Amino acid sequence: MTALTGLAEVGEAVERPDDDAQVLKLPHLQVLESEGIHIIREVAAEFERPVLLFSGGKDSALMLHLARKAFWPAPVPFPLMHVDTGHNFPEVLAYRDALVERFGLRLVVVKVQDYIDKGKLRERADGTRNPLQIVPLLDGIVNNGFDAVFGGGRRDEEKARAKERIYSLRDEFGQWDPRRQRPELWNLYNGRHKPGEHVRVFPLSNWTELDVWEYVERENVELPPIYFAHERDVFKRNGMWLTPGPWGGPREGEPIERKLVRYRTVGDMSCTGAVESTSATIADVIAEIAVSTITERGATRADDRLSEAAMEDRKREGYF
Amino acid sequence: MTSVLNSDRLATQLDRDVEMLRFATAGSVDDGKSTLVGRLLHDSKSVLADTLEAVERASRDRGSDGMELALLTDGLRAEREQGITIDVAYRYFTTARRKFVLADTPGHVQYTRNMVTGASTAELVVILVDARKGVVEQTRRHLAVAALLGVRHLLLAVNKMDLVGFDEAAFAAIAADFAAAAEALGIENYVAIPVSALAGDNVVEPSAAMPWYIGPTLLEHLETVPVGVDAATQLARFPVQYVVRSADYRGYAGQLASGVLRAGDDVVVLPSGQRTTIVGIDAFEGALDVAHAPQSVTVRLADELDVGRGDLLVRPGEEPRVVREFDATVCQLSDHGLHAGDRVLLKHTTRVVKAVVDRVSHRLDIETLAHDTAVDSLSLNEIGGVTLRVAAPLAIDDYAHDRLTGSFLVIDAHDGQTLAAGLVGDPIAAARSVGVDGETP
Repeated sequence: MTALTGLAEVGEAVERPDDDAQVLKLPHLQVLESEGIHIIREVAAEFERPVLLFSGGKDSALMLHLARKAFWPAPVPFPLMHVDTGHNFPEVLAYRDALVERFGLRLVVVKVQDYIDKGKLRERADGTRNPLQIVPLLDGIVNNGFDAVFGGGRRDEEKARAKERIYSLRDEFGQWDPRRQRPELWNLYNGRHKPGEHVRVFPLSNWTELDVWEYVERENVELPPIYFAHERDVFKRNGMWLTPGPWGGPREGEPIERKLVRYRTVGDMSCTGAVESTSATIADVIAEIAVSTITERGATRADDRLSEAAMEDRKREGYF
Repeated sequence: MTSVLNSDRLATQLDRDVEMLRFATAGSVDDGKSTLVGRLLHDSKSVLADTLEAVERASRDRGSDGMELALLTDGLRAEREQGITIDVAYRYFTTARRKFVLADTPGHVQYTRNMVTGASTAELVVILVDARKGVVEQTRRHLAVAALLGVRHLLLAVNKMDLVGFDEAAFAAIAADFAAAAEALGIENYVAIPVSALAGDNVVEPSAAMPWYIGPTLLEHLETVPVGVDAATQLARFPVQYVVRSADYRGYAGQLASGVLRAGDDVVVLPSGQRTTIVGIDAFEGALDVAHAPQSVTVRLADELDVGRGDLLVRPGEEPRVVREFDATVCQLSDHGLHAGDRVLLKHTTRVVKAVVDRVSHRLDIETLAHDTAVDSLSLNEIGGVTLRVAAPLAIDDYAHDRLTGSFLVIDAHDGQTLAAGLVGDPIAAARSVGVDGETP
């Protein structure tokens, strides 16, 4: 049994814990918050014209909350930008405008509808406007001279995002080239870019959906009411509950039903599905997510079901 | 939903506060790392049904009978088409005890660059070896990079134990080889675990096939290994990141790189050397008596001094070196080489300065740890020593003493790309001397 003796030695002798040391370890939400604030301050310090993409979704609400904390008691030193697909949930627009008013923020809105009216973009056959956001988004960035663009993307959302850096360099066409990414080490970020290029910055990269909700609860971050269970007229398409509207639903054979639902993500009305839920409070939502067996994008985003590489393709073209 | 949290809810919420462990994986091509990571995610129930379905579908498309767990961690179409892994991917999973952030570093030719990146924020590195091959050259490289980057905890996963008949003696021999290699580098905290990622033996659940192994499973170890820092041994380092001004308010915002600061502490502003006192530590929630790393806070100072981004606040008597010239170890991350005479930019904490590479003193042979001194440049994936001269004084610590005030990026002044990762001093020599002397830093 010499081998067993050798094994016992390996097992016993090697791990030397930090004995009686007083080990300080911040809870994970505080670590994530501090990291997010650090990133936001770095950008404010090093870039000329940052902007925060604000969809009214929970991730952008959380980003805004971190930005308010980062500069408090001074105001947030950059504007918000909303890419308006024209297929918005009215509750989300009302929420957006109330926040802007209350916190004295500046808001830039670029509208997909303007591009359709001018003939620069054409409505898609499926009625979805999510892919149509790319051109107005890039124009909004270029026309306002924004050089850093905060996005609420998280790496746990999707496998292409898992490979994206916190500072994501985009060329003048807004394109992401996975092979041109800069290595990120320690807490040092390199935001150097050429004129015409910009950097997308993802301060929530290391958060998971559950982290976001736990933090929303801890901080009492206000969210649009559609995140919580409410009765709504919906119809079923491709296995998802969609809200009827002028965007093109329901069609023949898609009966409207009254359901108790909530949204796990907030996006274009035409491709964001509701989930049946009775979760009326943040605590209910956390309990629901903790036992959920479906990812949030899988459950609620028609656009990500198109192909295995749907997100990768859209990112390469300049998507969020 | 905007109502004040009641005390019951607050209590459950506090229960959910868990520690976070950042770790990295390192392995060679074909040692089953993707399968191991996939197994860890799968068996810890971190993979949800729709993702599993997609992987099962993709496995069938590729003609596999079962589920190819490696597909769980494949990221980009470019990778799937070419069967390669680009750069570092980050994975997240949570158990009742900890939240894990995993930097998954590929084992192909760019491994040094990728592992240096992944290990820079890791508190623990999982090094994989194939039970049939044992400790190989690549394993020694991974160990050296872990030692270089100051990773305090290592976990050797001896994988594919099923292919050596779950043989205890084979495992013990590999563990002994690894122990010798680790100790030569001054690494003291490591464990060895025999696993089979394919079937899940000792990954999350104990293995029925290896009753002779009585230690923790891989996940158990990740959940329980003591991580964190001893606050008492850390010197306070607060790089000023941003000056917050509002009406009659002037505060210095930053993230505490290490140690603890208290309201009332005397501080020295570096590099200028001015002294003042912290009159308040502010956060959005209100004033704090004490802040510890890695908290982001804003401090107010007693005196109106010329303090700005890039300055470092420390306590008197604990000052780091303030230098115009220093020796460092760099790992070349770019296919642009680094040459003696190059003019570059350094990003150190929150300060960016111009610098000149005065000298490339040696290239490290990462397997033998020998120094090749007949060099004047470093190319991609090479690690070596340099002397840097900077255009403005920098307040630096040795990397072996402080990971954040001892690290920097070397940036191409012309095209802005990140050329190299820099570590002040010679962290490997520092680790080895500790290992030999048995002293703690």
